[in-house]
Amino acid sequence: MGKVVRILMAKPGLDGHDRGVKVVARALRDAGFEVIYTGLHQTPEMIVNTAIQEDVDCIGLSIMSGAHNVLMPAVVNLLKEKGAEDIIVFGGGIIPDDDLEFLYKSGVKKIFTPGASIQEIVDWVRENVKPH
Amino acid sequence: MYTEEEKKKIEAEYREWKEKVYNKSFERLPPRLERFSTVSDMEVPELCTPADIPDFDYERDLGFPGCYPFTRGVQATMYRGRLWTMRQFAGFGTCFDTNKRYKYLLENGQTGLSVAFHYPTLMGYDSDHPRSRGEVGKCGVAIDSLEDMEILFDGIPLDKVTTSMTINGPASVLLAMYIAVAEKQGVKQDQIGGTIQNDILKEYIAQKSWIFPPEPSMRLIVNTVEYCTKHVPRWNTISISGYHIREAGSTAVQELAFTLADGIGYVQACMDAGLDVDAFAKRFSFFFNAHIDFFEEIAKYRAARRMWAKIMKNRFGAKKEESWKLRFHTQTAGCTLTAQQPFNNVVRTTIEAMAAVLGGTQSLHTNSMDETLALPTEQAVTVALRTQQIIAEESGIANVIDPLAGSYFVEYLTNKMEEEAFKYINRIDEMGGIIKAIEAGYPQREISDAAYHYQRQLEKGEKVVVGVNKYVMKEDIKIPILKIGEDVEEIQKERLRKLRQRRDNNKVQKCLKELRGAATTNENLMYYILDCVKAYCTLGEIMGTLREVFGEYKDPGII
Repeated sequence: MGKVVRILMAKPGLDGHDRGVKVVARALRDAGFEVIYTGLHQTPEMIVNTAIQEDVDCIGLSIMSGAHNVLMPAVVNLLKEKGAEDIIVFGGGIIPDDDLEFLYKSGVKKIFTPGASIQEIVDWVRENVKPH
Repeated sequence: MYTEEEKKKIEAEYREWKEKVYNKSFERLPPRLERFSTVSDMEVPELCTPADIPDFDYERDLGFPGCYPFTRGVQATMYRGRLWTMRQFAGFGTCFDTNKRYKYLLENGQTGLSVAFHYPTLMGYDSDHPRSRGEVGKCGVAIDSLEDMEILFDGIPLDKVTTSMTINGPASVLLAMYIAVAEKQGVKQDQIGGTIQNDILKEYIAQKSWIFPPEPSMRLIVNTVEYCTKHVPRWNTISISGYHIREAGSTAVQELAFTLADGIGYVQACMDAGLDVDAFAKRFSFFFNAHIDFFEEIAKYRAARRMWAKIMKNRFGAKKEESWKLRFHTQTAGCTLTAQQPFNNVVRTTIEAMAAVLGGTQSLHTNSMDETLALPTEQAVTVALRTQQIIAEESGIANVIDPLAGSYFVEYLTNKMEEEAFKYINRIDEMGGIIKAIEAGYPQREISDAAYHYQRQLEKGEKVVVGVNKYVMKEDIKIPILKIGEDVEEIQKERLRKLRQRRDNNKVQKCLKELRGAATTNENLMYYILDCVKAYCTLGEIMGTLREVFGEYKDPGII
């Protein structure tokens, strides 16, 4: 038995739409991953601190408010600052296609846009995140 | 009405038909689905007959429009007198941007305004607060002070237009700003009309834009109800909302049950504070979702009216008819829209809007086809508004009152919704009321479970969303998207900086100090908040002062 992938599911910013993040968290848990959920209204600092404390392998960010171009790179940069860039960041939410390139360049590994199935997300994590 | 004998006869004939004709037909060709159910997964019979509404009593269960129990509608004339209010929820960028959109909508036949505030305002922060980073003007209009509200309603006569404001934690502050703007226009507070959402319970349950813990939040709500009852008689003091509960993934029954349970919570709180139920209840309004399952939604609205009438009359002993009426706003379901093949969203919204109208709504917002991608463009909003106008003035639907009454299926489903929703309400009563239930995470967990159940059904193909899990197309449809620039944040911060320089800061400090003092007593805070607002204290300063006294609510993070 190898180590199990640990995932932090997080809601940065002020938006309260947590249906998506909760459904994904449950699906990842049902798929056998260890999942921690931050709850709402987290700052990038709070998320990165939790990620390091909980020694997770990746962070899933859910943003519906349009603040993704600011908040997602902020999480990636803080991880770098704290020497935790091995933690993979992925995300999802109401994110227009036009913003994807910017987010990928900022270091976000994968973005799931509206209509993505939970199976796709589970498969992606399984393939791309390894326990460290 | 059927006699016992006739009913038995119909039942026997139905059984015979089902066995010998209906089931027999399936021997050649099996049913299309293994199980037929609503989008909420409530099982649907293949056919309803009088046997499905065995105790149906027209007078008791339906009555006439405008008469108890209001199943057929709250007004006697319904849409023959006046159409529903067409009220498109709008707000983005700065107060200047949104003011322009409002004028555009009013010029195009919209009959009421509905303000969408950006997240910092909803959460009680100013645009220059560190927590507002990246959020300014994105999901709604940035309002930090009375100055912003003056610009937002510039050139819009507040004695002629009614305004709904989707604001909860800071509702008292935005109401105070609205009253102050009206005064500056020369309109007295007893002449203005509109709504503040002011429904904190559904924030804990579903929408999650809370600030304070339940107790001080409920106090602020009671304060606004008391204030408006005395001074702003045309104001709807709470818009008790199921919309967000449904969007968070609840079933139709849960939406109905938790919304009415919240309503019970507010009526009880106001009565406990010594207010007369017949003085304030008529100004409570409701806000429901119009989801895609046509008949389930119509049944939900009809059941809601009948249930609320019973609750107000029997549970709370309200004497006036006005107190028994459930008036409601409807918005079509954002969560049914798809990013894939976005033009299909116009069709979805049309079906949902028809359900709302057939269900007797008092006002309606139709979503725009691009709302899964961003805030709507002007072109998309226009199609959404025209959808309502076509239903109202071309389709003939609005010519007759409650045309689906008496349909065996619709009456069966209406009864079923009521029965199932009362089971939830009884369970919540047993838990000690809605606040106790929320603290125990009960409605939150029920909704989470329903959302996950639906998602799994979707992934298994048991539920279909066209363009997403069936009839998928390789596509590259580009529709125009409204983008809010990051410069809005800078503009707003600069405006705030200038305001803080320009205003009388001694007066600001004095008002905030008095507010803080009053918050520790039992006084009605509305008067103090009005003074603060008029002195150009910012929203963040007012809410910050109250945060220091009341503390903050933290997300229990229930998955």
